[in-house]
Order: sequence, then structure tokens, then C-alpha cells
Amino acid sequence: MAPPLLELEGVEAQYGAIKALHGVSLAVGEGDVVALLGANGAGKTTTLRAVSGTVRRTGQISFAGRPLDRSTPEAVARAGIAHVPEGRGTFGELTVRENLRLGAWTRRGRVRGEEDSVLARFPALADRARQPAGTLSGGEQQMLALARALMARPRLLMLDEPSLGLAPLVVASIFTILRGLNEEEGLAVLLVEQNATLALEAASTAYVLETGRVAVQGPAGELRADESLRRSYLGY
Amino acid sequence: MTEFSQQVVSGLASGGIYASLALAVVIVYRSSGVINFAQGEMATFATFLAWTFLHHGISYWPAFALTLAIAFAGGVALERVVIRPVEGRPVLTVVILTIGLLILVNGATQWIWGGATRKFPSPFSTRPVHVGSAAFSIQDLGIVGVSLASVALLTLFFRFTKLGLGLRAAAVNPEESRLVGVRVGWMLALGWGLAAALGAVSGMMVAPVVFLDPNMMQGVLLYAFAAAVLGGLASPVGAVVGGLALGVVLNLLGTYVSTFGGQMRLVGGLGVILAVLLIRPTGLFGRTAVRRV
Repeated sequence: MAPPLLELEGVEAQYGAIKALHGVSLAVGEGDVVALLGANGAGKTTTLRAVSGTVRRTGQISFAGRPLDRSTPEAVARAGIAHVPEGRGTFGELTVRENLRLGAWTRRGRVRGEEDSVLARFPALADRARQPAGTLSGGEQQMLALARALMARPRLLMLDEPSLGLAPLVVASIFTILRGLNEEEGLAVLLVEQNATLALEAASTAYVLETGRVAVQGPAGELRADESLRRSYLGY
Repeated sequence: MTEFSQQVVSGLASGGIYASLALAVVIVYRSSGVINFAQGEMATFATFLAWTFLHHGISYWPAFALTLAIAFAGGVALERVVIRPVEGRPVLTVVILTIGLLILVNGATQWIWGGATRKFPSPFSTRPVHVGSAAFSIQDLGIVGVSLASVALLTLFFRFTKLGLGLRAAAVNPEESRLVGVRVGWMLALGWGLAAALGAVSGMMVAPVVFLDPNMMQGVLLYAFAAAVLGGLASPVGAVVGGLALGVVLNLLGTYVSTFGGQMRLVGGLGVILAVLLIRPTGLFGRTAVRRV
């Protein structure tokens, strides 16, 4: 078996004196979609932040065979991980196109052609290319966050709550785009979602976190089928 | 009408100087979130450097360019060495540090060059040019030109280059900028460098008018603050418009209102700061920070 693209081994993280992760281990294989589930405060967001280096962490993190546990967020981005944080994380004062150009920050050379091909994937954004991102609707901003992440040509996309506060139709179209990216381009995705149904449909593997630890892990299909597990951890 | 247009142009000249220093203040404010009280002293130091170059026989424009380059490097270095260690501390800590820097740079200037007032050459002649019945000094027009050209260059840089985009991104949203790979720390340092270079421009433009001495920029910095506050501290366009408007208005007041001469000018500058903060704290071009929660 090929070594996983991203591997976490006993990762702990803390905000000041408060420990949020107590030794999380997980793996995302090349081209995999992995869902990270759990209640509020279970440590899903913190796990992503531990990978991108935006929270103080210890333990081993490796990406494509190289250690990442001491890297700054800038270096993690350079290594090929695009992190779309919760709340979209677009630059409201900058235009849609400028947001996209920023997404390609780590790449050299001209990216204008890339901008156009990414915009082609998100027609709603193409019409608003010159508008400040702050004037977009919530759904469009999530699209923009996704589009911007793609501009970096990442090997791994980390998405935090892409469905948060969005209408079901918009959510559905975002997940369709995600599936397309995964199937056509082999993009690996680590997905944090409150909406477990949605996440388990999209993912091949899932981890359920509980108070900073991995409580359950397994193929998404099995987790979906296991009713008692669903009830105790996922609340549906 | 003739006198009026002459006074407007001469107001624009001092306004251009205020505007470039105000823009320097705004660039630092946008990126680091603090006002750099040492901005004026840094400019004075740079102008003394320029004086030294000129004194050693380097001709004006090469000395000008050399000064800008050194000011830029000095600004970057100051951010790295002095400001970086207190990054993320309360604003007051950083502000007090910049006040310390003000005293330090001022002291260094006096120590190296002494307290004497010196003549500083202007690249422009003081000869007038006649347009109709009005006579404008070439020096005034030159100052306006140089100030506006440096502001325009900077605007182009911010708007159309990748580095400029990174600087803007780091200023408005450092967290997200890190996630896309922007080295935010270096962007802040770059901002300080650009601000220092811009300050050096204003120093070299004002020195021929007010003469060069270690406290030369203190008055100018006050007007620059007034200009920046008037335009909205976070708005680069506001700083420039505010600077030019302030220069023209103060000059016209001084000309046509007999009680508004000499030292009253400074009162006018302070009055603007006070009035803006009382009536419209965000300034003309500023926007209130709205945050969705």
C-alpha cells in the first residue's frame, strides 16, 4: 500500500492553556475524500488548523513523505495544501479576480489562463470577476474560497464547513463541484462538516472526533449504515 | 483671481508634502495597525543622509535615488528589528515603542549632524513661470509633481503588481494571507520600507523650503496626521486628498484671513484633527469596520 498523502500521528494542539486535541491520528490517501465529523467543539476545525500551522501543535504531521509539524502556515501552503477556513476566508476588499490571483501566490509565472479556467468552473463568479468579494452572497463567497484554493493547484484541499449557512441548492452545487474535482483531477480532500449525511455521501473514509480524540473511524459507507453509531455521535 | 490661483498652487505644494508623509503614515497604519510617530524623524534622518551625499559632490537626482533606497532598507530593518518583537502586543505597547523610536532617531540625527540649521538645495529653480497674469514658482510646481508622481507610482505598484496585491492582502487579512502562502511578516516590513522611502521624499521636498534641521519634520508630521485623519486613517486615497486639501485650505486661510498668520497655521492643523475626530471619526474616505459575526 502506498503511504498516505497526509498523515497525523498523535497530534495535540492547544489554544493558550486549553488543550483542544489530545492525540489525533488520521490519514488521507492520494485522491481520497476523507470526512472529519463530530459535535461542536470536538476538535474538527482545530485538526485542520494543526495541519496548516495556525494553532500551536505537537506530534507528527507528514505530507507527501515530508514532515510538516514545524512548518509555518506559509510553508504548508507552499507544500501544496490549500486550507479553506470556516467562514469562507475570502478577502472582502479585494475583487474576485484579485482573490484568485492571491490563491496562486505560491506559483510562479503567469496565471491568467488558469484564472479563466477556474472561473469557467464557477460561472456565478465569472459574471462578478471585477466586484469586491465582500459584495458576493454567502454561496458565491464559498465558491470563491474554493476557486481561490484551486488556483494554488493543491494536492490536498482542506475544507472547513463548506455548507455552513447556505441554502440546500447552493450546498448541493458545491458538493457537485467537489466531486468533480476529486474524480477528474484526483484532488484529495479533507472535509470538515456538521452535515454528516452530506459528508458521508461525499467521502470514502470518515473519522468521528469526540473531545479532541478520534472516537470512531472507518469507511464512510459503514458509518452511514451503523445506526447506533449515527445516533450516538452524529445525532441523526 | 490671480493671487488666488497662485496661493492655491503654493498650497498644493505644501499639501503634496503633507500628502506623501500622510500616505506613509497610512501605509504603516494599514499593515501594522499602529501610527508610527517616528515617521517624521525617519524622514529627517533620510534627508540628512541626502544632504551628506550632496555635500560629497553627488549630484541631486542620484543622491535622491540613493537616499530612497537607503530609507527603504532602513524602514525594512526597523520593522524587523524593533517592531517585529512586539508584534501582536497591545497597540499601546507598539505606539509607545514608535514614540521611543522618534526620540532615538531624533537623537541620532543630532548626534551625527549636530543641531545646526542647514540649507538644502532644491532641484527646481525658484524662478516663476507666468501663466496669464499669474506667476507660479517652478519649485512649487516641482514639489507638487514629485509628490504626486511618487504617490502615483505607489498606487500603480499596489494595484497592478503581485507584490502589491500581497501587501494589500496582508494588511486587510493577515490570517488568510498566511493560508495562501503570503509571508505576512515580510509584507509588513516591506510596508515600513515603502513608508520610509515615501517619508524621505517628503523630507527632501520640504527641506529647501523650511531649511534642514533635526526637528524639521515635527510640524510636517502634525499636518500629515491631520491629513491622514481627515481622509480616514485607513484610506490611502484619503491621505492624499486630505493632504492636498489641507495644504490649500491652510494657505488660503493664511492669505485671506488676517488673524490666521504664522503660528495659527499649526492651530488650524490641530483643529482639523479635533473636528474630524469629533464629527466624523472615520474621516472623509474611511469606512467603519463592519464585521459579520
